[in-house]
Amino acid sequence: MKISLTHYWYCFRGILTREYLRFIQQRTRFFSALVRPLLWLVVFAAGFRAALGIAIIEPYETYITYEVYIAPGLCCMILLFNGMQSSLSMVYDREMGSMRVLLMSPLPRWFLLVCKLISIALVSLLQVYAFLIIALLVAVEPPLWGYLSVLPALLLVAVMLGAIGLFISSWIKQLENFAGVMNFVIFPMFFLSSALYPLWKMQEASEWIYWICIANPFTYAVELVRHALYLKFDSVAFSVTLATTLVFSVLAITGFNPQRAAAGTGKKPN
Amino acid sequence: MKTNMISGMQSSRFFPRRLALSMASLLLVTQPLLADVAYVSNEKDDTLSVIDLDTYEVTATLDVGQRPRGIILSKDQSKLYICASDSDTVQVMDLATHRIIKELPSGEDPEQFALHPNNRHLYISNEDDALATVVDTETNEVLAQIDVGVEPEGMAVSPDGKIAVNTSETTNMVHWIDTESMQLVDNTLVDQRPRHAEFSKDSKVLWVSSEIGATVSVIDVATRQISHKIDFKIRGVHPDKVQPVGIKLSDDGQYAFVALGPANHVAVIDTATYEVIDYILVGRRVWHMAFNADQSLLLTTNGISGDVSIIDIAKMKAIKTVKVGRYPWGVVVKTTEAKTK
Repeated sequence: MKISLTHYWYCFRGILTREYLRFIQQRTRFFSALVRPLLWLVVFAAGFRAALGIAIIEPYETYITYEVYIAPGLCCMILLFNGMQSSLSMVYDREMGSMRVLLMSPLPRWFLLVCKLISIALVSLLQVYAFLIIALLVAVEPPLWGYLSVLPALLLVAVMLGAIGLFISSWIKQLENFAGVMNFVIFPMFFLSSALYPLWKMQEASEWIYWICIANPFTYAVELVRHALYLKFDSVAFSVTLATTLVFSVLAITGFNPQRAAAGTGKKPN
Repeated sequence: MKTNMISGMQSSRFFPRRLALSMASLLLVTQPLLADVAYVSNEKDDTLSVIDLDTYEVTATLDVGQRPRGIILSKDQSKLYICASDSDTVQVMDLATHRIIKELPSGEDPEQFALHPNNRHLYISNEDDALATVVDTETNEVLAQIDVGVEPEGMAVSPDGKIAVNTSETTNMVHWIDTESMQLVDNTLVDQRPRHAEFSKDSKVLWVSSEIGATVSVIDVATRQISHKIDFKIRGVHPDKVQPVGIKLSDDGQYAFVALGPANHVAVIDTATYEVIDYILVGRRVWHMAFNADQSLLLTTNGISGDVSIIDIAKMKAIKTVKVGRYPWGVVVKTTEAKTK
């Protein structure tokens, strides 16, 4: 049978539908993904005495409250948790076998994985927009067009984080390792970036933390989203995010070995 | 309105500049563009910054006397009066050439002043001498020196020209001066450290800010009694930081804006209810303010952060902050017809 574009489309639609169904069926996951950044926004930002305004940095034109500052970082936090969680759920998929069913498709494996990454990203976007709408209540009011211009930035960042997650998942044998990923990947990536504090503030605190932030791709993801939300384009952030996405996608796809996963399952006790 | 549209478009980076310019030139054909220019006195730099309010950029920095603070425009907007506090003089700048054309005898340490509607008599407060000096700007003559309270600061002349008021920071009073006789006629006690006074357009109401008292008193001019007192409370800001200084009243009589000093916010007051309806975040230690010509924008000088925030009145939000010199103090906006480019 000759594989046509229609087949590719069916495949993408199938994977997206599955991801979407999983999303609406796991309401608790949706709410927890939303509650987490909202808690940061409402509790953390309020406790932080920043009502006096944060010094002006790009892309802002004037003084802003801390809530306004951390909102883009929290959007990326949603994408980070979702990207990691969904990609790592492939470990589960591998263990339970549903991934093997998917991989039985005659379409190339790289395509299946890219479809999976994009589907995860698209579903995550819904959560980011829900967050942005609620953030309006604490006066996080980007320009109206910003909601549109941030879309491609969010999508790219989501794919990047999904790819990183997929890459990590190919090194993980068991689902239980997720806690380790939280500790050693998600938290450092989030905290050691420009999500919570501007980089100059990090530099004031400690030079080496500043350099870790500079080396952290998540910093560029946050800055790309921050600029896009305010109708600006940060070319450095874009280049770093794009390059990271490509590198990790290639690594993740080449490193994704269903044989190893199957072997891993086989070796499990019981 | 059209000018705003254009500036809005130009400020967006996604909007091609060339297209915006060509649209602007199209509008030029139909009507002359009004270009507002703001002058800001930089207390520590001994300079004035000139801001183009179409592009929100500083287009020039002009050297003036030492420690420039209060600045006002002549009624025809051709001249700018500058209190050069440490030079003990009021300088007069010709705005066509940006040159200082003369200096007026102001008495020592002039800080704030007000121009009588007759466009001639300048009422100047001399902070160190507990005096208010009245100078004729045409003949350079000192017409009167009036004893007021200790550390006189705020100065205002009613739009009908009948009364001048001065506020003294240490005596905590509003001193009422009859402009005809140039005599002190009455005093009204207000809260601690009154900094600034502003008359309503109909000359019936006087607004006075008290920096340490952290209040704004609304005074009925006929009875010289306080009719309302306004307090400020900003979520997340310690009350000690709330130090009201500059006041501006919109011409439509709808809003009063109060600059709250180190609280870094401008309070928006509904003049019908005397309630604070909003606090707008601006730069550090916000001092004085000025409207543009159509009152769609309000500019604030932020002393410590060394910049000027521009508030969009329709949105009640700061839309842009422009870096100027060190310790910007006073600000005025001049309207000119732009030359066709």
